Amino acid sequence: MPSVSDPSAAATTGCWAASSEGEPHIVVRDLTMAYGDFVVMRDLNFTIRRGDVFIIMGGSGCGKSTLMRHMIGLNRPAKGQVLIGRDSLWETEGDARAGLLRRLGVMYQSGALWSALTLLENVALPLQQFTALGPAAIREFAAYKLALVGLAGFEDYYPSQISGGMQKRAGVARAMALDPEVLFFDEPSAGLDPVSAYRLDELILELRDSLGTTMVVVTHELDSLLSIGSNSVYLDVETRTMAAQGAPKVLLERCQDAKVQAFLTRGRQRAEERHA
Amino acid sequence: MQKGPALESSDAEAMSSKPRHPTLVVERGAAGVLILRLGGDWSVSSALPATASVEEEIAGEPAVTRLAIDASAIGAWGSALPVFLRGVQHIADRYHLALDTEGAPVGVRKLLALAAAVPPRGAALSAPERGFLARVGERALHVHDEVLGFLTFLGETIVAFGALLRGRARYRRAELALIIQEAGPRALPIVSLISFLVGLILAFVGAIQLARFGAQIYIADLVGLAMAREMGAIMTGIIMAGRTGAAFAAQLGTMQVNQEIDAFRTLGIAPAEFLVLPRVLALVLMMPVLTIYSILVGIAGGLIVSVGLFDLTLVQYWEETVASLTLTQFAVGLTKSVVFGVLVAVAGCREGMRAAGSAAAVGDAATAAVVTGIVSIVVADGIFAVVLNALGF
Repeated sequence: MPSVSDPSAAATTGCWAASSEGEPHIVVRDLTMAYGDFVVMRDLNFTIRRGDVFIIMGGSGCGKSTLMRHMIGLNRPAKGQVLIGRDSLWETEGDARAGLLRRLGVMYQSGALWSALTLLENVALPLQQFTALGPAAIREFAAYKLALVGLAGFEDYYPSQISGGMQKRAGVARAMALDPEVLFFDEPSAGLDPVSAYRLDELILELRDSLGTTMVVVTHELDSLLSIGSNSVYLDVETRTMAAQGAPKVLLERCQDAKVQAFLTRGRQRAEERHA
Repeated sequence: MQKGPALESSDAEAMSSKPRHPTLVVERGAAGVLILRLGGDWSVSSALPATASVEEEIAGEPAVTRLAIDASAIGAWGSALPVFLRGVQHIADRYHLALDTEGAPVGVRKLLALAAAVPPRGAALSAPERGFLARVGERALHVHDEVLGFLTFLGETIVAFGALLRGRARYRRAELALIIQEAGPRALPIVSLISFLVGLILAFVGAIQLARFGAQIYIADLVGLAMAREMGAIMTGIIMAGRTGAAFAAQLGTMQVNQEIDAFRTLGIAPAEFLVLPRVLALVLMMPVLTIYSILVGIAGGLIVSVGLFDLTLVQYWEETVASLTLTQFAVGLTKSVVFGVLVAVAGCREGMRAAGSAAAVGDAATAAVVTGIVSIVVADGIFAVVLNALGF
């Protein structure tokens, strides 16, 4: 297990303030992501611990969502490994891999609900496919998951009939359908009004506290990541690798790296220097 | 040296609300300074004065080292002024002259500074110019990838069929029923219309020739054979490509763009089983049924023409048709229909799954699905013709 405080990819700049308490849950090792010849990010090394709310942050277009796609088995790494528990996501195949994937739940940016199915059917489908539950029990399970995200009474609505915020919450309910160990959120606050975004953040924290689920959140929403994040990586679009790791609040206080500071303070520091 | 109207007279008009055209006067100042005097209203809808005169002045006077803007006489201004000044800046850069914008309004100077704050991106996005051989090679690799992609997709579909036969495939029966309903019974009206007309046209074309020899009776053979062996399956296949293949591509394309297909993958559900399999299955089941129906309707079309216009009786036509059609002819048509069904469904699903990114991609996928479907039907029919001929059917 590589020690997080001393990643092999450490440059002279950057901050490494991750705590090493807790059992490692997801380990990303030497990961290089590329589209064809174009390298998006290289030399990513970090560990997500059980019960973390782990933030993947960075500027627009730096590869945050791409990193998530590598961690949920959609994009194959050009190099390196993703370990879920003890299993390597990209070295298992067939049914073992499908089983491994079902330990992860994903809320996609737009919800990605199956548009031909009602909300209840959306949540019920994974249960129908992968559990031995009967139809009545499945209905109850699915209704319960929808109630958890505040959508009781919307079971028979189609995704196109509800608002964007509700679609995202329904996406969370579907992601939780099979009681996954890890929940991934792709830009949960994007396109939401501040109150809805806040509620979704609260939901993430409550689910973590009550279910013990490890949360991985891709976001660049400062308020959100500072308030919920217990650990993070910062991806730097210019050097094409990670520039910081640690709790966002700690990075905000201690990290001296100019780019990380500019990100965590909305560029305020630079503005202050300019006015000084 | 003045070009254009004098400016003094316009001062009084500055108060009037009627917009005036923007004006440019180029004037030579002291010590190699070229002064650009601007006047009028510089709104976004007004035509910009030509900067050619400025270039002429610079070219005609090598001693010029600096351009200065005097905008004291302008009225209202919008984006036209900064755009014009950027043009002047380009000229100044080209001739290595300094540009003094002190005389321009403060707002314009700030806007210019803002627009110049981030230097223009280099042409990093445009691909470098390649030689002829490199382009040929790229095209060849592209074709190779296309064929490989299609075969991979076909292979995945076959594997999914294997899973189906072993009873292990994951798909929803309710969805299969819906797709069958959509691809089969709902296509009856258009299949009826097209097949009837094709039978009618075949009968007409044949009858005019055959009537010369008094052999109208053979219209029945012509229509029956053509419909059973070729036209029934081809016409139904083409209708399915335009109707159902395009629908498959649009459905799956929208799901791809919406990340709905990713959502299946991350559940460990193979889209080939859950989405592609029921669609291919639906067409494989429905194509033979529709083709038989199409053959019968086509024969009916021929019958109407023969009985109505060419003096055959109903019984004559029927007996001649029955005599000419063997079970082999039907078997040929039905075999083709199954193959065409697979081709149309696979083309539609594959194009849909390939769609990426945007609404335009969904439209492209639907178009590509229809084109690929029809082309592969015709190619496959050509192969059938050669093979069946060799086998003696």
